[in-house]
Amino acid sequence: MLTKRIIACLDVDAGRVVKGTQFLNLRDAGDPAELAAAHSAAGADEIVLLDITATHQKRTTLLETVRRTAKELFIPFTVGGGVRTLQDAAAIFDAGADKISINSAAFADASLITCIAQHFGSQAVIVAIDAKRNGANFEAWTSGGRKLSGKDAVEWAKEAESRGAGEILLTSMDRDGTGDGFDCELTRIISEAVRIPVIASGGAGGAEHFVHVFREGAADAALAASIFHFGLTSISDLKSRLFAAGIPVRFPC
Amino acid sequence: MIAIVDYKAGNLTSVKKALDHLGAETIVTSDPAQVAKSDKIVVPGVGHFATTKTLNDSGLRDVIMESIERSVPFLGICLGMQWMLASSEEAPELHGLALWAGECSRFPPDVKSPHVGWNSLQIRNGGSRLLRGVSPGSYVYFTHSYRVPLLAATTAGCEYGGGFSAAVEKDNLFGVQFHPEKSGQAGLTILKNFCDL
Repeated sequence: MLTKRIIACLDVDAGRVVKGTQFLNLRDAGDPAELAAAHSAAGADEIVLLDITATHQKRTTLLETVRRTAKELFIPFTVGGGVRTLQDAAAIFDAGADKISINSAAFADASLITCIAQHFGSQAVIVAIDAKRNGANFEAWTSGGRKLSGKDAVEWAKEAESRGAGEILLTSMDRDGTGDGFDCELTRIISEAVRIPVIASGGAGGAEHFVHVFREGAADAALAASIFHFGLTSISDLKSRLFAAGIPVRFPC
Repeated sequence: MIAIVDYKAGNLTSVKKALDHLGAETIVTSDPAQVAKSDKIVVPGVGHFATTKTLNDSGLRDVIMESIERSVPFLGICLGMQWMLASSEEAPELHGLALWAGECSRFPPDVKSPHVGWNSLQIRNGGSRLLRGVSPGSYVYFTHSYRVPLLAATTAGCEYGGGFSAAVEKDNLFGVQFHPEKSGQAGLTILKNFCDL
């Protein structure tokens, strides 16, 4: 049976994981390669590395980080942040990523989705959508949640699919960082609007939130960062809770 | 030397990385002469079945068939496994290697497609050399829109919108629909078994 995926996200700045570092007393706790390996061993189904600054000067550092992280990682590995061109994507794949996640650049030029999908396959292209409620609708935001894109999140998800995206990484800006739970309504609307998998993100605070987003949100996967780094929820405990709730999950052998 | 055949069907870094990690000597190549002198051949690949036209047109198909006839171990991964069949609905005008009769078909409309994620192996027929040491029910990582039907040579089935072949095997021929290079320890065990043939 196809399982629901639990994805651990590493927010990286200049080669270091920036969330949760101060809560871990290991000297190298902020190293993305070590954290990725630890999450993989703990049962994470996938790793996402987001370059949160993604400035031009830091691209070389990012590629080196991707290379080091990918080296001993044998589960799917996605890299996002600052991918603007086919060449950016190619360099990240060459460094060992399996998928890239694009957001702002896809708004600027939606043909980039198709272009990367044609070269590397749709399975390698995740379109990240940052969505925020406005009345009864959800608007898509760009530039790390700083600018309105002018597009409706549901319409944009459908367009991304038709242009060749293989998955949608859907972040609720209203819930992000709150720990109040995923936005199940948003997730369900998008998940039912497209035929490709939807990864829910933003708001995870405890195991029950994952149960809700898989049941009520119809999510195919759920992503969290800080709750894993802070140690509020271990991935193996989380999976045990999901399993007890009747949700299919993978237990590594 | 294991030849990882490059026919511009996606990124081969992960496959090479996993085989290198296991201590295998590998070369990523699109040169028929290089493939012809290799001890083992891996054809990975993701994407559209039409991409396999490159294999047909470049001389790679012929050297691969000659190697297979000389009993060189051959592993098709994902699109590479689909190419081992006669054809695919995705590009019906193209001919696969026809090592097995049958056609790859699309998932039915009642399930999301592509099939992406970790799904469990239903090991059948026993005695698979490729799956030695892999427990029934082990999870492996899939990402594909077309699938190989269940065959007499199926050594592991999988369930998604009906049953399909996750792994096939006969003599020196091996195919896996999932990505062993992305399937954690279970995947590494499978690749190690291939390296050790």
